[in-house]
Amino acid sequence: MLMMSLEDYKREWVDNAESEVASRLLNAQVEVAEFYGASGMVPVSGSHLMGDMEVLGASGRKLIGDCHASGLRVTVPTTTNAHCVDYRHADDLRQDPELVSSQASLQTVLRGLGILLTDTCTNYQTVYQPRFGEHISWGDTGAVIYANSVLGARSNFESGPAALAAGFTGYTPSYGFHLDAARLGTHVFRVTAPMDDLADWGALGSIVGSSVPGYWNVPVFDIPEVDVAPDALKHLGASLASFGSHAMFHVIRATPEASDLESATGGADLPVTVLDQETIDDVYRHSRAGQDLTDVDVVAFTAPQLSLFEIRQLLALLDGRRVAEGTTLIVTTAPSVRAELERQGLLQQLQDSGAMVLGGVCLYLMALGHMAKAMGWRSIVTNSAKLSNIIGGYRLEAVLVRTQDAVEAAVRGRLNDE
Amino acid sequence: MSNARQDEPVDIRFDGALGVGPDVEARLLVTKDGFSPRYDLDRWTGKISREGHDLEGETIGGSILAIDRAKGGVAAGWAMDELAARGLAPKAMVFAHTNPVFVQGCALAGIAIMEVFSLDEIGRIPSGSICRVSPCGGWLRVVSKT
Repeated sequence: MLMMSLEDYKREWVDNAESEVASRLLNAQVEVAEFYGASGMVPVSGSHLMGDMEVLGASGRKLIGDCHASGLRVTVPTTTNAHCVDYRHADDLRQDPELVSSQASLQTVLRGLGILLTDTCTNYQTVYQPRFGEHISWGDTGAVIYANSVLGARSNFESGPAALAAGFTGYTPSYGFHLDAARLGTHVFRVTAPMDDLADWGALGSIVGSSVPGYWNVPVFDIPEVDVAPDALKHLGASLASFGSHAMFHVIRATPEASDLESATGGADLPVTVLDQETIDDVYRHSRAGQDLTDVDVVAFTAPQLSLFEIRQLLALLDGRRVAEGTTLIVTTAPSVRAELERQGLLQQLQDSGAMVLGGVCLYLMALGHMAKAMGWRSIVTNSAKLSNIIGGYRLEAVLVRTQDAVEAAVRGRLNDE
Repeated sequence: MSNARQDEPVDIRFDGALGVGPDVEARLLVTKDGFSPRYDLDRWTGKISREGHDLEGETIGGSILAIDRAKGGVAAGWAMDELAARGLAPKAMVFAHTNPVFVQGCALAGIAIMEVFSLDEIGRIPSGSICRVSPCGGWLRVVSKT
């Protein structure tokens, strides 16, 4: 398919919309295109939809139901993001039965639209890896930043209705990170810390995201002494997107549009900020400050969903020990990874340790305020900078620690003294 | 579309502003702590719930909500429409720095949205003042100050 001008798109799709709901979705899509001065619509190879009952509410649920009733069906492969209920554990976590049943009903309708229920925020690891230059319409900020930065694909943040519209027509507005100009680095950071824990990457994302927030800012990292793993880039990206609303970053010599500094920045002469171990450690110190963590209610490995290798590392750190009485250890992962864990015999090992392994969800999507109240949770320890950022809105205490420290907190039921 | 006459007085003209949606008149709330409906808002009451947020406890429904920066996440794409359906959404959102998620969410919900690149001028208007804002015209007028 070729690019379509906005006028042609309006004529072909918007003016011919056969239902009120289609008209509403497509007009909203066009308004976004006009806001950003997009000259046209770019064809996309696929769409990834964020939409679950925790955020949709009655109005969003009705919209999706109307889509189905009007005969709308996706025309490009469309998948779903992590959502709010792992049905195996909804009772254990005392989730609202209304939320559980409404989510199940929603998923039936989504399937009816032709959408594949992949239920993962790490679709770039577990479902589909768009190639360099491929245009997509993805609706998880961590997934978008990974696709843009690590795979060299092209997407803007496409929230639920936008991803849905793109799924139906196969087109999305051509602006922002679909275009070369937006993808050049804007701020350069030299990192001298060893970065040997996934939480360090999230902490780095929190520092940079907070210091240069803004959708159009593209941080460039020069990390000369470190061999960067994909899971590390996953944590970095999720954190940058959460703290800074960033949609792209570069790591020199590690990501495809940054073979060197000049490639990453387009030759711009940018000042370099040095970030050392002390700066990373400050993030953990700040996170712990003022927190009374004599008793740890929850240790959460989530946001983003964990990969098979991350979970294997957790098992190694647990080393056969059990979770402390009174502490809940939660691990979230993609359904496909959970199935693989079961196939490998690793799921049973985790469950024997007392861990709760949730598939298809991310903790903060699970109506966390309600769950925390029902479960009596006050504090959450995590190695996810993204989760630690989001928790404040639910008035829970969250402490960001390194992975090993989080595992120890789960086993001891309290945080080690520093 | 803007419905200000050429000679109608405005207090602030935003050069290069991006905007969609109708002109709106409402009380102004300004935050320099960023905003996300998931990170900062109790979406069931419409009140800012994040401890320490400079609008903590404020109800955003029916306001012109001026925000220094959009925070991460795609929740606003659906959440703004749900808030609007329950009468809890702002009438307009004015960002110094927004992101596509808010534009998408406001477009679906029919909420006016504008990106103005700096909150310096708006920040000088007392919170709670009644203002009129025009996303397409790129201007704001103070109707009555608190």
